[in-house]
Amino acid sequence: MSETTPDAVPAAAPKPQAIEAPADRTRRLRVGGVMLVFALIGLGLAVFTKGGKATFQLVSGDLQNNLLGIPAQFTALVLGILGVIAAGAYLLRRVPQSYSGYLAALLGICFIGAFLCWAAAGKTFPLANQFQGTLNFATPLILGALAGVMCERAGVINIAIEGQFLVGAFTAALVSSTTNSSAAALIAAAASGVVMAWLLAVFSIKYLVNQVVLGVVLVVFATGITGFLFDQFMQPQAEKLNTPEVLSAVKIPGLADIPFIGPILFNQTILVYLTYIAVAVVTFVLFQTRWGLRIRAVGEHPKAADTVGIKVKRIRYSAVLAAGVLAGLGGAFFTVGYAGSFSKEMTAGNGFIALAALIMGRWHPIGAMVAALFFGFATQLQSQLQIIQTPIPGELLLMAPYLATIIAVAGLVGRVRAPKADGEPYVTE
Amino acid sequence: MSTDTTVEPAPAAPVPAKEPQRSGLPSWAVQGLVSLSAIVLALVVGAILIIVSDEQVKTAMGYFGAAPMDTISAAASAVGEAYKALALGAFGSVTAITESLTQATPLICGGLAVSLAFRTGLFNIGAQGQLIAGAILAAYVGFAWHLPAGLHLIVAILAGLLGGAMWGGVVGLLKARTGAHEVIVTIMLNYVAIYLLAWLLTTSAFQRPGRTDPISPIVDANAQYPQFGGTRLHGGFILSVLAAIFVWWLLNRSTIGFELRAVGANADASRTAGMSVGRAYIIAMVVAGALAGLAGTQQVLGTDLPLTDGVAASVGFDAITVALLGRGTPLGTVLAGLLFGALNAGGLQMQLVTQTPLTLTTVLQAVIVLFVAAPALVRSIFRFLPKERGAGAVLAKGWNG
Repeated sequence: MSETTPDAVPAAAPKPQAIEAPADRTRRLRVGGVMLVFALIGLGLAVFTKGGKATFQLVSGDLQNNLLGIPAQFTALVLGILGVIAAGAYLLRRVPQSYSGYLAALLGICFIGAFLCWAAAGKTFPLANQFQGTLNFATPLILGALAGVMCERAGVINIAIEGQFLVGAFTAALVSSTTNSSAAALIAAAASGVVMAWLLAVFSIKYLVNQVVLGVVLVVFATGITGFLFDQFMQPQAEKLNTPEVLSAVKIPGLADIPFIGPILFNQTILVYLTYIAVAVVTFVLFQTRWGLRIRAVGEHPKAADTVGIKVKRIRYSAVLAAGVLAGLGGAFFTVGYAGSFSKEMTAGNGFIALAALIMGRWHPIGAMVAALFFGFATQLQSQLQIIQTPIPGELLLMAPYLATIIAVAGLVGRVRAPKADGEPYVTE
Repeated sequence: MSTDTTVEPAPAAPVPAKEPQRSGLPSWAVQGLVSLSAIVLALVVGAILIIVSDEQVKTAMGYFGAAPMDTISAAASAVGEAYKALALGAFGSVTAITESLTQATPLICGGLAVSLAFRTGLFNIGAQGQLIAGAILAAYVGFAWHLPAGLHLIVAILAGLLGGAMWGGVVGLLKARTGAHEVIVTIMLNYVAIYLLAWLLTTSAFQRPGRTDPISPIVDANAQYPQFGGTRLHGGFILSVLAAIFVWWLLNRSTIGFELRAVGANADASRTAGMSVGRAYIIAMVVAGALAGLAGTQQVLGTDLPLTDGVAASVGFDAITVALLGRGTPLGTVLAGLLFGALNAGGLQMQLVTQTPLTLTTVLQAVIVLFVAAPALVRSIFRFLPKERGAGAVLAKGWNG
């Protein structure tokens, strides 16, 4: 509902160089300006790159072999210039509108590449670790964001992902410790996610509570209840109740032997594989099945859906509860997938990053996954740069996901639009 | 305060109950009853948690068949002891009361920040970030500048107001100019503020010399709020009360406030009537940010004194629940802030005396707000409660709104 840029008619013109609406022009200049700033920063980094060779470590933990040495400044300069060309091409309308997304992606890759060359010049950068860590940090974010996609496509705002994470993490730790069964832990975490989702569903769909209020309150509630149970039960008997078994990596034969990406993608825990499957399943369900069509229908125009006989509330319940499974599994990652024990408020805002990923990904499962991977990349990069000691403060890198989201919702980079009835309770007259 | 509780853009003139209500009670009384019921229900939920987690109850449960009364008396004593400690810690002595007021001080200002935005139709989840921004500037002025007594405190407070106003103003500006949804922007800005603070506390400008942990020098004595007779309560509390009066005046007695409420009630109608909706958003967020910034000064110049990464604690988030419980009115926010301050202070005492974790109060606060937000649920439990007209209706709106 922007005031300055009214929705323009989608390019009905046959040729890419057709006359441009003033609003589109403003937008192009604004977006192009931001792109150019990033490109110039990249180029600037290239100019200041010194130290000769940047070395990238391609196999985790192997410091002798499989190293990729490249001339740092030269590569950075090439990437920087490529980035400027990409930004310039967009700014001057040298490519058709439909390719502008690729230009932005090219610019992003060039920028990150130039940055890495600058940071790694004269040092050894553990590239394999970087991607490994990216996937680790991204796993709960992807699951959380997918849960958000399911809810919000059905018209229920879910900012309680953080709360679902916390409860899932707690339950997984508790069940894994008491039963010594990872399968039971994952199932229990999923179930606890569903319980939280049920609270979200009942209060938003039945009692028509404002969904933003509800999300905030559920996060506080989850923080309180997991904190209370932790203090009262888990902590006093930590050796019995808080020693979950961390999931072990399962190698997929064949695929895991692919050089470089094989060990990163296919030597992971079951939870990571479940995440791959979840992305595919949610995409398929939302866009290829009848249930998915109905979910999207009640999220966009519940009244129309009701008119053709779709049970709006029932569809919304089903979507929110199904999303609870994903969010609960995402929570399980924090304890049984990673840390190996529960601690208070251990999800540390990841639920809100998942929310950001969902918005950056424009309420689409694939988009949410890409955004989550980007956020995971930034988080991992921060810890890597600490290790190789670059002058960039880690805290500023940790801000990157949040700043990127603000830039995205402010419409500086593309327009984001939520499902139309997202957050509006449906009341039959 | 009768006009406060309706969301209609009616002129401030107090119209005595236009329509006959089902119960004959004024709507503020009904809302009060619902809030009270919510508190009672929350205490029941808390009691259940205490009972299931109590060791003696568990032992007594072991022979429940033989002596069922043992279980019941153990449960009653567990709950009784815990709640007694809670009440004593909140109101039991002068120290307890001042501690409750100290805890309530930033909650009231933070709650007002959320309430004011709320009345303008904005959801300010960002009190936490605005509070941190305010605390950063206030602390910097407090320890890096050296001004005469009196002046120093005022300058430091103003710096805090400025920090919060800027952090909030960005949100209003983005909302007005680009339509960026304030919930998303404020959540993101919270984390930006948290990391900004963490980074600043590693720089030589902020970190206390000789320390490696994230802590700043102590603010000058001249820049500290005056304490009340050896207690932790400080002059910031008076500012909280003044802030509430100011917000009441702004919303109910000023032209700007009328515009804010009109935009909050119906932005499209206000635009048609010639008001600038964007301007209202910016003003509301600047003032809300300044209020949260004031809460930041209360934390850093009154309670904490050095700036640490825990300066905001969870005040900014608790402020949201305070505002929700207070239903967006200044008086309600003050009362809710006092209640939550008392719960926090009492909770500390309860943890000390009966080893019931402090986190129980977090559960209580969440459950209270959950019930208050769902009056239909409260009414289905307490059948005698009369129906409300327009039931403290929280504006239902989505991301696109």
